[in-house]
Amino acid sequence: MNTVPQFDSLKFGEAALKLRSLRHELLSSNLVNADTPNYKARDIDFQSVLMERLTGQSSPSSVSLGRTHAGHIHMASSAQSPKPMFRVGVQPSLDGNTVDPDIERGQFVKNAFFTEAALSFLGSTLRTRLSAITGQPS
Amino acid sequence: MSLLNTFDVGTTGLVAQSLRLNLIASNVANAETAVSADGQAYRSRHVVFQTEARAGRLGQGVKVARIVESSAEPRMEYRPGHPLANQQGYITMPNVNPAEQMVDMVSASRAYQFNIEMMNTTKQLMLKTLDLGK
Repeated sequence: MNTVPQFDSLKFGEAALKLRSLRHELLSSNLVNADTPNYKARDIDFQSVLMERLTGQSSPSSVSLGRTHAGHIHMASSAQSPKPMFRVGVQPSLDGNTVDPDIERGQFVKNAFFTEAALSFLGSTLRTRLSAITGQPS
Repeated sequence: MSLLNTFDVGTTGLVAQSLRLNLIASNVANAETAVSADGQAYRSRHVVFQTEARAGRLGQGVKVARIVESSAEPRMEYRPGHPLANQQGYITMPNVNPAEQMVDMVSASRAYQFNIEMMNTTKQLMLKTLDLGK
């Protein structure tokens, strides 16, 4: 499914970058806790969370809080921080830790690469618009 | 700004791993220490890591929850002439296992390097972000 042309490229770039940096933090916390007993590796489903953020609606997989009383506090379901899910361990260790450093490192590098890609796409969008506004080639 | 939080997470990892390396150094240095500060043979020490949850943050750091002494049996060495020898001529030596310490050291130093690498990547991404639109 091609999601890019459906949305304004500035909006898309912003949402993608924010989510990429959130995932960066999540993956780094997995790597840091590679030796912590009982720590479970976590990650987000990037595609569905990005789609959710762009369309402003939650996907069926995310659970939002129902409000049945006027006094209930409105929770912006998962728009603020995506719900991390637990990764299924390939080789679970005896201390209950499910972090596989190879997988986490691979995902980390991949995520960093896509963050750079998102940054350069967003940068070129900005430059294009700037040259349209000023009438000068950038 | 999640990228900045990554630095905090990475720092907790560096602190925890360097404490682990410190304890390994102490274990190796005291591998032959028959009398430690409490008068007994030195016992091997290990760190126990724990996740450090931070309110409102997705990333969790790591901290050293406690330092435990190994419950392994001390090594008995036959040295009849030693002043600490018991009636059978044995002295109690530390329960430090050099192979175990070696493996632990490699693991700790790898983890430390991962953390540095991770923070370097984060730094590059942040610098690229600053260059956005240029």
